[in-house]
Amino acid sequence: MTEQALLKVRDLKVHFELQRSSLFGPKPFVHAVDGVSFDVPRGSTFGIVGESGSGKSTTALAVLRLVDITAGSIELGDTHLSALQGEELRLARRRFQIIFQDPYSSLNPRTRAGDIVKEPLDLMDVGPASERRERVGALFAQVGLRPEQQNLFPHQFSGGQRQRIGVARALATNPELVVCDEPVSALDVAIQAQILNLLQRLQDELGLTYLFISHDLGVVQHICDEIAVMYLGLIVEQADRISLFTKPLHPYTWALLSAVPSARMRDRDRAKRIRLVGDPPSPIDPPAGCRFAGRCPFAQARCTVETPQLRTIFAGHRVACHLVTDDGRAPHY
Amino acid sequence: MDDVPLLELRDVRVEFLTRDGIARVLDGINFSLMPGETLGIVGESGCGKSMTALTIMGLVPTPPGRIAGGQVLLDGEDLLRAAPERIRRVRGNDISMVFQEPMTSLNPVFTVGEQIAETVRLHQGLSREDAKQHAIDMLNAVGIPVPERRVNEYPHQLSGGMRQRVMIAIGLACNPRVLIADEPTTALDVTVQAQIFDLLVDLKQRTGTAMILITHDMGVIAEMTDRVIVMYAGRVVEQGPVELILSRPLHPYTQGLIECVPHLEAKPKLVREPLMEIPGVVPPLTDLGSGCAFAPRCAHALDQCREVAPNLVALSADHHAACWLHGQEQAQ
Repeated sequence: MTEQALLKVRDLKVHFELQRSSLFGPKPFVHAVDGVSFDVPRGSTFGIVGESGSGKSTTALAVLRLVDITAGSIELGDTHLSALQGEELRLARRRFQIIFQDPYSSLNPRTRAGDIVKEPLDLMDVGPASERRERVGALFAQVGLRPEQQNLFPHQFSGGQRQRIGVARALATNPELVVCDEPVSALDVAIQAQILNLLQRLQDELGLTYLFISHDLGVVQHICDEIAVMYLGLIVEQADRISLFTKPLHPYTWALLSAVPSARMRDRDRAKRIRLVGDPPSPIDPPAGCRFAGRCPFAQARCTVETPQLRTIFAGHRVACHLVTDDGRAPHY
Repeated sequence: MDDVPLLELRDVRVEFLTRDGIARVLDGINFSLMPGETLGIVGESGCGKSMTALTIMGLVPTPPGRIAGGQVLLDGEDLLRAAPERIRRVRGNDISMVFQEPMTSLNPVFTVGEQIAETVRLHQGLSREDAKQHAIDMLNAVGIPVPERRVNEYPHQLSGGMRQRVMIAIGLACNPRVLIADEPTTALDVTVQAQIFDLLVDLKQRTGTAMILITHDMGVIAEMTDRVIVMYAGRVVEQGPVELILSRPLHPYTQGLIECVPHLEAKPKLVREPLMEIPGVVPPLTDLGSGCAFAPRCAHALDQCREVAPNLVALSADHHAACWLHGQEQAQ
């Protein structure tokens, strides 16, 4: 797998500096991402799930080089993304693009839809200028918009259509990697399926690689090949979609899954559910040991002292929990 | 359960005057809420879910809105025709509402204690001290730790989940008979959402409050409600007990709402199939024409569907649908 990995992230850390609370105290840091490693094979969809503050969006922004990286490396194919600077970085951006969450605020209201999609081509100087209009028309058709809609302004489109413009813009430069940051969570339920099916079809047609950030486990289960679960800046579990959902090993993953109300899981054993109390602790000063220990119903003395390492239990299934045995027995089973 | 409804909507019609003409945002809504029951209202944005709640609460902005007809009966008393002073007494006391956005529905310049106390002082005439004690009790009831301290804090000092708990505490402060929760967990993480739902279920069991839960999430419907109303373009298109609606939905719109969302499965399928799509969007309510409003998006639409809107008819004792594919001949 590693040979074909398009994206390799190694020990990525992103810390944000905060203002001192007192004149002589140490500067506090938000440990938004605190040592994350993963590979994304070419042509696949890698999902990152977690609650607000888990660091999933910051990880995505770091991969896109939109926030400063504190430590670690990011490789896209043979390019060391984390080492690029200035014009080199700017030109490399055509290879990795993003689809934003909110199709209302991520499109300039004063720019016509066609120009929004054409802008990346102009900025990156992709192809001869004379052919760019044609390329925009092709992109419109590809995402299911009519070519004559290029002359309209964003407010003349529905939410789903706006997200299609966002998809077309992301695909304009023929990127290898597309980061999808909660691409359907701002859309109406009936529209979500349209966009998810579109993303799936485009991946099949163009061989795209997606890094898919979401808090919606149903969506992640549907669209991702491999999934990492993040909690407070760390990956606590990672597996392919079948293993993760049929045999979640980390108590946090189990708690997340059991918190999702589902029209299909009424028969699921309610007694086995874990209900978490309270909110996640602050990433400013994360607790010692396992960061989930404070909310984990199975936590033992060891969990609050010793930090669990991510280890492989089954092929391709990694978990960071002291209580999961080497033969894959988890405390919640 | 009683057979006499606590709250009943009869042919409720609400119109809004817009630049493009008259929008019928509620077009003949009929349903009843039994004591102690949880009724779910589901549909896309713009289908009239929230407007139904605002109409019950007497909060439809007029103008541009206008109550064009019908009755909202609380214990037989028509709230649509009651005097404004009477509505003010009912609102927050007999019927209260938890709004969608806990971030914006709390007043940032008052402590959460003051905001809970305001309700009980107004409706139940408690003294300042008693009201504060009541606020502490309510914060305790909704599971906020150290309520004696939290009562003096401002909304910005609380997390999203805590703020929504405060909203619920305000909603329940006067022990209402009907609590309307409009997407009470949309802005929250799933684990916090689960906590809020557990809290609502628990409080409902203790107080016997009937609840109307507005949501777009069929999973929430499945977990929380006894009976479901599916709304589309200002009309009820299907209603029935939650088990029937989920296992045997009749209206193509209900079927679409259930199928178009990727449901979390305990055992995911190896082969991924494309999701079912509901093509298009909710039509503008100003030009609905005479046919079924869903017909342009419906895969099963017949000529008849585009010409005449179907009525909501009973297909079994408690399962109603408004669709030409189901039992309309009985209605003729």
